[in-house]
Amino acid sequence: MTGNYWRILTRPLIDENPLTLQILGICSALAVTTSLDTALLMSLVVTCVLALGNGAVSLIRNQLPHSVRIIVQITIIASLVIVVDQVLQAYAFELSKRLSVFVGLVITNCIVLGRAEGFAMHNGFTASVLDGIGNGLGYSLVLVLVGTIREFFGKGSLLNFQILVPVEQGGSFEPLQLMLLPPSAFFIIGGIIWYIRRRRPQQVEKPEFTLRESGESTP
Amino acid sequence: MNALGELLLRSVFLDNLALSFFLGMCTFLAVSKRVDTALGVGLAVMCVQTVTVPVNNLIYNWLLAPGALAWAGLGQVDLSFLRLIAFIGVIAAMVQVLEMVLEFHLPRLYRALGIFLPLITVNCAILGGSLFMVERSYGFAESLVFGFGSGLGWALAIVMFAAIRERLKYADIPDGLQGLGINFIVAGIMSLGFLAFAGMGR
Repeated sequence: MTGNYWRILTRPLIDENPLTLQILGICSALAVTTSLDTALLMSLVVTCVLALGNGAVSLIRNQLPHSVRIIVQITIIASLVIVVDQVLQAYAFELSKRLSVFVGLVITNCIVLGRAEGFAMHNGFTASVLDGIGNGLGYSLVLVLVGTIREFFGKGSLLNFQILVPVEQGGSFEPLQLMLLPPSAFFIIGGIIWYIRRRRPQQVEKPEFTLRESGESTP
Repeated sequence: MNALGELLLRSVFLDNLALSFFLGMCTFLAVSKRVDTALGVGLAVMCVQTVTVPVNNLIYNWLLAPGALAWAGLGQVDLSFLRLIAFIGVIAAMVQVLEMVLEFHLPRLYRALGIFLPLITVNCAILGGSLFMVERSYGFAESLVFGFGSGLGWALAIVMFAAIRERLKYADIPDGLQGLGINFIVAGIMSLGFLAFAGMGR
């Protein structure tokens, strides 16, 4: 049984990563990754909400009428997010200002609702919480990776700690402005997906059409 | 009047919800296989957005904002922490209404949209639009224009993206990039293109 729990926890890290395979929760992943500290904070928020939300939904899953389940799930998630939002505003006001609307948008983050609907509705409490944590960690992995790349190449720093000295301050590092702009996030995530699928060929999607080799002719 | 026109252009092109704020990305990537379904989803988002942003604006300014309940003699009450729940409720209700209207009047579009219509409830573009409206403290007229403009911008982006994807079906793409990977790259290039509008806002 413990082996089963371990699998639930680790499977979403790479094999069933919510971002690169399930196409869930991409919006926030792209928007908050201009620097590493916002990416870390966002990962923490999403992981907490996922674990608590999954746990709560799985506790009431047998009492929940089928027709109103989505509304109830959304309300649970929204309440959790409001609590997290208030805590952030109290203890990390500067960071929560920089995350702006994206903390609130965790409600509509498809990972949270997708896991509540797809996993927590059919599984026990412990498994659901572990699934929440696992998916949260899988999400965090991609977020931290993208955040690191964007902050390092965009500003030459990590966690606001200057590593490469930019040209204006007499150094030799020319910051890549593109890394701080939206398009770079798309390119980096596209690249990450490419890399994972090279290593895990079973994730490759089948093309809708295949090109015929030039030598063949139609019968 | 001029300011409103500028806001409209800004919300359609420069502050495009999909390509510069990454909102509604899940739907954006999942429903863009064909131009006609993309058009349907785009229209649905546009309708919902145009209605919910002004409605949420009224609710926020008259019920939830700090001191908004002064008309009821409760000037010191601050309910703004309830805004997330209130907004998501309004959005869910609006989607439900739209679903019934479409089922009755446009059954073909209703069937084409299928599962994606209820999913608009959890489309971040809609909730994001309402939250931006609060953050930038738009008035009623501004929020009407912003709701319409941002919905239009999102619809425009997804239709263009779907058109590119239809063409990509015939392209010879490396195995690992097939599907999701190439979609990200295409979206990135489109987002670069929309950056070119940046000079327009000034």
